[in-house]
Amino acid sequence: MHRFANPARFLKIARPLTVWLFWPGLALLLIGAGCGLFVTPADYLQGDTVRILYIHVPAAWLGMGGWTGIAVAALMQLVWRHPLAAVAGRAIAMPGAFFTAICLVTGSIWGRPTWGTWWEWDGRMTSMLVLFFLYLGYIALANASARQGNGGVSPVTAIFGLVGAVNLPIINRSVVWWNSLHQGPSITLRGSSIDSALLWPLGFTLIGFTLIFVAILLMRMRAILAQNKIEARMQRLARG
Amino acid sequence: MNQWAFVIGAYALTFAGTGIISLLSWRGMRGAEASAQQLSDRT
Repeated sequence: MHRFANPARFLKIARPLTVWLFWPGLALLLIGAGCGLFVTPADYLQGDTVRILYIHVPAAWLGMGGWTGIAVAALMQLVWRHPLAAVAGRAIAMPGAFFTAICLVTGSIWGRPTWGTWWEWDGRMTSMLVLFFLYLGYIALANASARQGNGGVSPVTAIFGLVGAVNLPIINRSVVWWNSLHQGPSITLRGSSIDSALLWPLGFTLIGFTLIFVAILLMRMRAILAQNKIEARMQRLARG
Repeated sequence: MNQWAFVIGAYALTFAGTGIISLLSWRGMRGAEASAQQLSDRT
């Protein structure tokens, strides 16, 4: 990891990677969404609303994956002082918050025709909403520490990112620990309870959204590094 | 209740949002990199 501690070396890899990830990601996403909408059959119980699964599950995965990334970046910043970790943490926050919001909204849209309600204060939905609020807090802290001039996030923001990770196992286990409207774990390491006739487009949308997420992360990291460069040069100019 | 209205609404929101956040990130990156390059050419 420390091989990429040099921003110049990181940018050399990130520049082509941004394009290589974004366009294949978009292609996979369109294939998956197209097949999910028009090729797979409707569910015998849920009907056509089951098609929301192909965007809801990747959004949930990226909302939780995003905070896992923030926690790993925080650990690397606090323990190993990796210079790009603080930048990565700040860059993850906005797309992570966006996909968490998409997970909540698509889940709510799915809930109305399926459960007969837009919202229920059950364990899964509430813990996901808490994750969204954690993202908002992290973004506010990250923006405040960026204004202090280091481009990334402050150690306090990193600690907030680490502590917030306690919510991730709660989200994951919420449907097991508490009675919930939300169904139990459908996809586990041991297999899936969803019929393969419905499941296969999910692989396309999951990989597609993930590639786009990483491409957005690289774009935001590149923007922060360029702003740091401008800031450093302006300071040098001001000093004469 | 027309189920397709809910499906289309969910997909439209997700795709519009993903497009907007991608575009904003791309514009932010291009703008910052162009400004950094301009500044380094000038000095």
